[in-house]
Amino acid sequence: MTTLAGNDDAWPERLAAYRAQLDCRFPQIGEVFEASLLDALSVLSPAGVGAYLDTGRFLGGMGRGVEPVLAFLQEWPSIARILGEEALPAINDTLQLIWKSPNGKAISPFLQTLAAVARRLPERAQMQRYLELTLELMERTSSSIHGIHKTFASPGLPDFFAQAPTLLGSLAIGGLRNWVDYGIRNYANHPERQRAYFRLQLADSRAVFQRERQGTLLVDQQRPLDLYLRALWGDSAQLVPYATAVDPAADSPRTSPALPALPYYDATGIRLPDVLDDAHGISGVDRYRASLAHIAGHRRWSTPLFADNFSPMQRMAIESFEDSRIETLILRRYPGLRRIFLALHPRPVEGACRPATESCLRHRLTMLSRALLDPEHGYQDASLREFVARFAQTMAQGEASSEEIATLALAYVARTRRQSDQLANVHFTDTVIGYRDDNRHLWRFHELSDDEEMFEQPPTTATPEVDRLPPRHYPEWDYQSQSYRPDWVSVYESLHPSGEAATIDRLLEKHTALARRLKRLLDLLRPQDRVRIRYQEDGSELDLDIAIRSLIDFKSGATPDPRINLSHRTNGRNLAVLLLLDLSESLADKVSVGDGEQTVLELSQEAVSLLAWSIEQLGDPLAIAGFHSDTRHDVRYFHLKGYSERWGDPVKGRLAAMQAGYSTRMGAAMRHAAHYLAAQPAEKKLMLILTDGRPSDVDVQDERLLIEDARKAVGELDQQRIFSYCISLDRRADEYVSDIFGGRYAVIDRVDRLPERLPELFMALTR
Amino acid sequence: MSKPEQFKVHDEPFYQPQRNEVALYEAAYAARLPVMVKGPTGCGKSRFIEYMAWKLGKPLITVACNEDMTASDLVGRYLLEANGTRWLDGPLTTAARIGAICYLDEVVEARQDTTVVIHPLTDHRRTLPLDKKGELIHAHPDFQLVISYNPGYQSLMKDLKQSTKQRFTAFEFDYPEAALEATILVSESGIDATIAAQLVSIGATARRLKGHGLDEGISTRLLVYAATLIKGGVSAVDACRMALVRPITDDRDIRDTLDHAIDATFA
Repeated sequence: MTTLAGNDDAWPERLAAYRAQLDCRFPQIGEVFEASLLDALSVLSPAGVGAYLDTGRFLGGMGRGVEPVLAFLQEWPSIARILGEEALPAINDTLQLIWKSPNGKAISPFLQTLAAVARRLPERAQMQRYLELTLELMERTSSSIHGIHKTFASPGLPDFFAQAPTLLGSLAIGGLRNWVDYGIRNYANHPERQRAYFRLQLADSRAVFQRERQGTLLVDQQRPLDLYLRALWGDSAQLVPYATAVDPAADSPRTSPALPALPYYDATGIRLPDVLDDAHGISGVDRYRASLAHIAGHRRWSTPLFADNFSPMQRMAIESFEDSRIETLILRRYPGLRRIFLALHPRPVEGACRPATESCLRHRLTMLSRALLDPEHGYQDASLREFVARFAQTMAQGEASSEEIATLALAYVARTRRQSDQLANVHFTDTVIGYRDDNRHLWRFHELSDDEEMFEQPPTTATPEVDRLPPRHYPEWDYQSQSYRPDWVSVYESLHPSGEAATIDRLLEKHTALARRLKRLLDLLRPQDRVRIRYQEDGSELDLDIAIRSLIDFKSGATPDPRINLSHRTNGRNLAVLLLLDLSESLADKVSVGDGEQTVLELSQEAVSLLAWSIEQLGDPLAIAGFHSDTRHDVRYFHLKGYSERWGDPVKGRLAAMQAGYSTRMGAAMRHAAHYLAAQPAEKKLMLILTDGRPSDVDVQDERLLIEDARKAVGELDQQRIFSYCISLDRRADEYVSDIFGGRYAVIDRVDRLPERLPELFMALTR
Repeated sequence: MSKPEQFKVHDEPFYQPQRNEVALYEAAYAARLPVMVKGPTGCGKSRFIEYMAWKLGKPLITVACNEDMTASDLVGRYLLEANGTRWLDGPLTTAARIGAICYLDEVVEARQDTTVVIHPLTDHRRTLPLDKKGELIHAHPDFQLVISYNPGYQSLMKDLKQSTKQRFTAFEFDYPEAALEATILVSESGIDATIAAQLVSIGATARRLKGHGLDEGISTRLLVYAATLIKGGVSAVDACRMALVRPITDDRDIRDTLDHAIDATFA
């Protein structure tokens, strides 16, 4: 280790020698060089200092201005303190590679945030993965127009470096990798979007970020926590997450740099942090439970007080005492929670706060609060001990009340008051009790303030007429990354416009012969609720005819038939059907039928009408819906027939008005249809999909993508116990349809026979 | 042993009245009105009927109904013997003959066509036609029909017909109040009152989740099981998990919540 040489006589000389080694004549360097060098000398070996200056020289000489050198000179010593100076070569290599690419502008942001990144990734192996990730990102997002050499800089790289410390605050390096990977794959060819993604400004950028976060996410625990609140506290409220990392200023107005946002509740629900890590040996979900227990306690036992008569100090004390009262009551009910509260409650050190220079009220109150929770607090302070006793006395008589506890709190403030409590320099260490709420519910105000929010409400602008329902969002499966793209597709649903019902009647007339044949088949299928089963050895009743015959056999010495009973079996059909029609452009194709021509659309109308008529005869609940899509932002889902509707003129009218257009984003439509079918009470659920081509959409280049997504959707349906079956009119469907539906499909080669095949298929499926 | 004698309840069953149901039942029996007892599972319906049969000194014939039960399971059927057929009375016919209280437990489980056979017994006729045998039985003056019915968990498909419902007078049972339930636990299992109160509070916890993933809350019967286990030396936490939580749910979230409630209650 080089001696620290600030007051050495030879220092100016050595300083000059070092400066010469750096060989860099930017004037700004002079301002920071000596301080940085002293810093470096204190951590680096002589060889390390040499390497430090060499790298500095390289950065100064590469023609990117002074910023990279300055950033490096200032940041490196603190990085080396964390990672060790042996980390330099790897970082040097990375720098070289960035420099050789067209991404020179990203060097400064890289170096500026490297120290912060190093603090999050103190292991050298992790840092190495970060560097590799960086290079991969650069490689895959830099583009070129001609030839092999990359000529355009990566648009997102500088933004990525700027965000890296924030991201690593919440993500592990593996999670960061997935996040980056998602961005590259989806926004590689869109510079503006890419930049927005890496700045965390896009919705799905945040969504993926949330998905990759460590710790317990509130969204994952909604149901258990709802159950907890309901079961243990007989309470229920909306649980609303507030963001804790992405933009800290968003949700809670009480946020300040020193204090993390606290949970709170108001009329609209209980607000909790969106994610909690395990801490102090308490799991994330137990931390949520602790917060909920505390809040539920307030909701049960606290009454609001008028705030106007109290000073801020007094209010703080009342809040603290009230919190302790609530927790005492909670522990009476559920003593097992003490372990969790104790682990989460900070344990302020007695005497850590110096009253001469700091405001100690927070510290005193937290100590008292600890003492009220923890019988083995070990604090010596006389007034603290006295108030612990008085508190116990107050609580011994019952539940006490917010007013009673306020009186006690005021007495405490009066007793322990110090001049220094007014100081601006507040002692915060160990005084934040993170699971408690911010007690905003505890105060009422006599005088409504004339803050800006009390001004006259701005006149509400007339809401624009909505011509359709708000969209529902569905994820889409990305097979390359084996992950869902969250909320990727917007599905708009509406009732299909109506046409003339007589058209359908005319079409059906054409098929009277077929209808008669179907009718015969249907009669066979029609459920007969109780079916007699004869020839049973065990059964509910004696079948007298057989019994007598057996008896005669027996008496005449022949072997009697022992199967003399009969029993009954119920044979009900308990089936709900949803028929999903692909209404894409290709439906308008013409095919030759007999001696004339018909569009596939007309044939579909005939087939669907016959099928609907057949199913109506059987009495199974049936819904019919159609869909087409125009990019992922606009998938349209039309209701043609609802479950409660009869097969009548309104439905026929809608069927008659069916039109072909746009593309086939099948997965989203199936997910939406499943949402309706799953709500049906039937035992068996069948989704029939009538389509004439492969899933595709104009905004998707990759042919496999929508096929894989549809296949995933089929898997999801299976999990919901919905049986899906595809009827394809595409002769070349064999290439992909079995990938999607497995063996559950039928390809109808002769489209002109669709009207008779469709009802037959249905009957075969449900026989 | 004579037939009525074998169906008698000989020892007094433990029953803790919740309100005036004992007197009301006696009045109903005096008029031989059919009775329906409603309420969640394990709240003491069957115990109540057993107790009343003991108190009134009448035989009690209990039939647990199920989906496969047919009318002939209730009324009776022909059996085949070496020399021909023989008629065997079903439990309902036996009760009508000997003057017993016939208790059809969980009657909605039986198919609707089965429940119709009780109709002529439950109005002014008090007769039971045995159509296969060609006999019309006039019910014994002591005969009374009681059904139990749990309105909680059935689907729409399983509900009693109005024509069946309107033949009965009804008692609605619910889990006893906390204090009463604790006394029941103490007298049934002999554990001490503090633990009984804690068990009851856990029971209340689960009952609040009914309809949120639980079909039924923790019944008094299960609480008695837990208390018995604790009395037998099992630790409270284990006994509760085993007797209260594991039987009623397979849902992970609910299980965790209830486990947490147990940990929080028994510190």
